[in-house]
Amino acid sequence: MALPKYTEPHYRIWHYFYLFVCACVFFFLIAPLFVIFPLSFNAEEFLVFTDGMKRLDPDAFSTRWYKDMVYGTKNPWGLAAKNSFIIAIFATIGSIILGTLAALGLSSRHMPYKGLIMATLISPMIVPLIISGVAIFFFMAKVGLAATHLGIILAHIILGTPFVVITVTATLSGFDHSITRAASSLGSNPFNTFMKITLPLILPGVISGGLFAFVTSFDEVVVVLFLAGLDNTTIPVQMWTGLREQLSPTILAVATCLIVLSILILVTAELLRRRSERLRGINR
Amino acid sequence: MSSEQKILSTDGIPLEESLKQAEKKNKIKAFLLVTPLLLFLIITYIIPIADMFSRSIDDKMVTNMLPKTYKAMEQWDGKELPPEEVFKAFYLDYKILVENKTAGKLQTQLNYEKNGFKSVLKKLARKQKKFEEGNYKEQIMKVHKRWRNVDYWRAIKRRAPAYTYSKYLKGVDMYSNEDGKIVQVAEDRRIHRILWSRTLEVAFFVTLFCFLMAYPIAHLLATLPMKYSNLLMICVLLPFWTSLLVRTASWMILLQQQGLVNDFFVWIGLVTDDNRPEMMYNKTGTYVAMTQILLPFMVLPLYSVMKTISPSLMRAGKSLGATPGVAFFKIYFPLTIPGIGAGCLLVFILAIGYYITPALVGGASGTLISNQIAYHMKSTLDWSFASAMGLMLLTGVLVIYWIYNKLVGVDNIKLG
Repeated sequence: MALPKYTEPHYRIWHYFYLFVCACVFFFLIAPLFVIFPLSFNAEEFLVFTDGMKRLDPDAFSTRWYKDMVYGTKNPWGLAAKNSFIIAIFATIGSIILGTLAALGLSSRHMPYKGLIMATLISPMIVPLIISGVAIFFFMAKVGLAATHLGIILAHIILGTPFVVITVTATLSGFDHSITRAASSLGSNPFNTFMKITLPLILPGVISGGLFAFVTSFDEVVVVLFLAGLDNTTIPVQMWTGLREQLSPTILAVATCLIVLSILILVTAELLRRRSERLRGINR
Repeated sequence: MSSEQKILSTDGIPLEESLKQAEKKNKIKAFLLVTPLLLFLIITYIIPIADMFSRSIDDKMVTNMLPKTYKAMEQWDGKELPPEEVFKAFYLDYKILVENKTAGKLQTQLNYEKNGFKSVLKKLARKQKKFEEGNYKEQIMKVHKRWRNVDYWRAIKRRAPAYTYSKYLKGVDMYSNEDGKIVQVAEDRRIHRILWSRTLEVAFFVTLFCFLMAYPIAHLLATLPMKYSNLLMICVLLPFWTSLLVRTASWMILLQQQGLVNDFFVWIGLVTDDNRPEMMYNKTGTYVAMTQILLPFMVLPLYSVMKTISPSLMRAGKSLGATPGVAFFKIYFPLTIPGIGAGCLLVFILAIGYYITPALVGGASGTLISNQIAYHMKSTLDWSFASAMGLMLLTGVLVIYWIYNKLVGVDNIKLG
């Protein structure tokens, strides 16, 4: 953003001040994430930068906390990771199926009570998590699903579907319905039409909604805290317990892994978004 | 063409009717697609939330423990000591409770109504084994002189209704006293009102800080050429996709007394090394961490609105003689108001129900109403009070959601 030559000095100052403010805000947003990374390789047990680390002394760094995370005797991370992935994957599949179907119905122009139904379907995203947690806990306890994987998966489907509904409805807003009619008039049955015509076109929206649902489930702690027993502990619950009791470098090792995971998800989501925009003919 | 002659479709049905049928079929088809999710949410989510309401006003515990007493009390006007039948009924009810070893619950509950009731009831439990048949009024009043005090009987009668709104009163630090009047609790015990106002205060200021920080960077992102703005967008999206607990953990490291922020303050000479301020486990920690965590939710709606504003509008304003400041406030700012509304309401709604971050970095002075709900769910097990507080919070959120829907429309929410 180069300024034109004729810019008056006080606007020039104002402009640099504005850039400086923006730089500070970006720093504020991103810098905290990068504190975790070096500290997770700390050779000491303290959560501060030791003198050795400031001198970049190789002896001050080690991978002991990563080893502790994987091989540590009393460490619950293995079980937690397994549970987290199982729960998140099934919750994502459930959210995608229910959410996509609902989005297909919602974007039909024949849908009655559209506003009311949309508001209902989105509500789990708006209602504070603590209230969702209390309500879902009462329900799961009543039907005997508290402290089971199935109960947590169902709870996460509730929390994940709004994202799928929103992203798929957004994708469908630019969808040309005459091509499905063309397919039907050429003799395709509705199921075939959906699989061969509609699904490939809305797939970017479905996958990015699925990514949101996955991250929501993978990162969700409030509802799991109410529902989980000892066998259903997940990574966020373990982090929560760890952070409340004592901040250990092992947690930072786990956190680093989670940041790497979120970078992967970010890249996937970004690629999908661009593909979707290309398919829908949006040029910027 | 006469009015009776209608246009027919190929199969002989009037066109109007067959159109209507097709329309109806489409409606049913669309509705059937939504049904699975709608039913699922209604059963597992909407009904349980409604169930919280019945739980929050439920007060059947005492009513069910003293069925005969309350039946006998129906005739009693509460002005003088109740008649013999009430004493007899109470004796019979209480005897069953003592035999089943559930009298403790009744003692606790009635002690809430009238201080000192517990000891009176405990004494009765010990003495009533030796009671003889007949004239229970005399025998009970002999056990403890407080049984002659009509206030204690009124306390029992107050618990007769199966439903109560006392939990809601408790949520705003009020209660109904012995005369049935609604009064405030003692000034030093008004903790809930402090929590409500603190929650609103934190949500308001976090929203304000987010707005002040998000506006310039959203503007920068929207005006920079694509290749730079895509790179900078990662700075917004990476925190957005990163686990909440990871971000909270990093703030715990940064804000601790030996942490980098304090190191920096010492280095620039703001504070001395042995006088490092406590920045975590108080409101400062809550503000800083929540602002950073919720900032992307403000940037994204602002960005998507600013992206649609054509730069030629500002140029036109300037060419007509407006200074950049005037052009900004008269042209650009009003056009971004939909984005500001969306972002602020989103951040406010999220902030008002925040739980994890305040619990970890908030300490005692930085906890919010959500933490109190969790505390009653997990520690005191007063689930009806937790439900009542949850519903009060929910009402507030739904009002904001309704405004949001009016202003922006839920179907306009954009993600990423």
